[in-house]
Amino acid sequence: MLSKYETVIGLEVHVQLTTATKIFCGCSTRFGAPPNSQTCPVCLALPGALPVLNGKAVDFAILAGLATHCRIAPRSIFARKNYFYPDLPKGYQISQYELPICEHGHLDISLEGGATKRIGITRIHMEEDAGKSMHGETPETSASSFVDLNRAGTPLLEIVSEPDMRSPEEAIAYLKKLHQIVVYLGVCDGNLEQGSFRCDANVSVRPRGQEAFGTRAEIKNINSFRFIKQAIEYEVERQIELVENGEKVVQETRLFDPATGVTRSMRGKEDAHDYRYFPDPDLVPLVVDEAWIARMREQMPELPEARRARFVRDYGIPEYDAEVLTAERALADYYDACVKLHGGGKVCANWVMGEVIRGLNEQGIGIAECPVRPQMLAGMLQRIDDGTISGKIAKTVFDEMWRSGRDADTIIAEKGLKQVTDTGAIEAIIDEILAANPGQVEEYRAGKEKVFGFFVGQVMKASKGKANPAAVNDLLKKKLAGG
Amino acid sequence: MKISLEQVRKVATLARLALPEEELHTLTGQMDAILSYVDKLDELDVADIVPTAHAVPVENALRADEECPSIGLDKALANAPTAVNGCFRVPRVIE
Repeated sequence: MLSKYETVIGLEVHVQLTTATKIFCGCSTRFGAPPNSQTCPVCLALPGALPVLNGKAVDFAILAGLATHCRIAPRSIFARKNYFYPDLPKGYQISQYELPICEHGHLDISLEGGATKRIGITRIHMEEDAGKSMHGETPETSASSFVDLNRAGTPLLEIVSEPDMRSPEEAIAYLKKLHQIVVYLGVCDGNLEQGSFRCDANVSVRPRGQEAFGTRAEIKNINSFRFIKQAIEYEVERQIELVENGEKVVQETRLFDPATGVTRSMRGKEDAHDYRYFPDPDLVPLVVDEAWIARMREQMPELPEARRARFVRDYGIPEYDAEVLTAERALADYYDACVKLHGGGKVCANWVMGEVIRGLNEQGIGIAECPVRPQMLAGMLQRIDDGTISGKIAKTVFDEMWRSGRDADTIIAEKGLKQVTDTGAIEAIIDEILAANPGQVEEYRAGKEKVFGFFVGQVMKASKGKANPAAVNDLLKKKLAGG
Repeated sequence: MKISLEQVRKVATLARLALPEEELHTLTGQMDAILSYVDKLDELDVADIVPTAHAVPVENALRADEECPSIGLDKALANAPTAVNGCFRVPRVIE
């Protein structure tokens, strides 16, 4: 059935900016404060209060625009979007309408099989968030809703894509890419659960080969990548069924219910869609000149694609490793710092992708909380390089660094983990082992070379892992040959 | 007529104004007169004039991203008819 129809998806993403204060007033944007404790006359919409634009929010909008190849508008204006809802105290939301700050951008997403596809970005505009409504759940409160305006006035970017995606997978690839970019830029914390990155999906279907778009439904406020996929899949099936039954898809807003996996119509909201936008007389035009754009270009951090290419080129690691290490900016920073301190691109990649990521996953923590800091890891790797410890003992040292937060040198000294390279000491151990295992010595000398591994193991065990493996190999061979 | 009774009715609904039928008729007449007056602008050739969002030639009134103290819960809720647990209490807005 699916093959008869083509899915068309466009996405609107709301990105909450990481400014310290709101977009039009100096109230804090910190998450989780007591209700209404971060409010003032401007965000409460008290009479006479006037908004003043946060310059940092504009910086962030420009950065996001540049990173998504948009044209930055030399002049943009703010508009009022009029509707009534208790968590919108002014009776309008300040947004941008005819003249948004960024337009005509794109992102290239990777598809399965290695192909890339360009997804157009129609526009990015700046706006303020609304407050939060909670609805009574007890018999005494069930007739009431409760409004917290801490979030009212929080700066948002709305990033609107072209209807260029043709499957839920493409939609997810686009969202992940966009998420990665805004987090790399530092303009958004990327926290989906707290609503810092929210998505509305416009979904329609059309018979394959038809040029005109089908009627679309808008699915609101989906806050996880998994739910977005589910919501789109459900919606596509629903619309195909309607079309197959000769019914019409209605243009409407629908809500996705994660508990049932179903989207349902938000009836009664149709009327509210007449927003009567007009320029906000309280805010003067925003003019962004070339100098401002140039300043933002200079501040632009290295983006994931450039970083991946640099890791492969300068650090000599495989494409796959670079992909894993650049997935998150904090992880890429960590790896980058390790290589800058130690120099070994591949060995650092192995440790970060091995021990470090394993440890993080085991404890369910992020790289920011990793107890082994880059200088600690690099310090330990230097001790392998200069022969102080073996690669095997290094694992013990790493675990101890993780547990205690102390550096490798301290742990090596304290626990006596320094590798034994003194041939005399190693020879003495070998002599003992050979004397204690005459049978195996016979076997080896009779040509059963596999026994060699047994001797290595015994010597390492007797030295508590501290004997230099290369020296052990050399000396063992000599002793076994010479008798 | 520049504006119909139905348009006035719709605008009133969007503005959450419950107006008696009689007043809707009066307003339709008044708004029609206002719009006719604005029509005078049609006498001018504005083909080369960029739409103006502001009459004052001021741009980029910006503030630094610096926190200012909020006004405090008591003041924030002072005008609320009812408040519960620091929240404004309003008639339920969803079914």
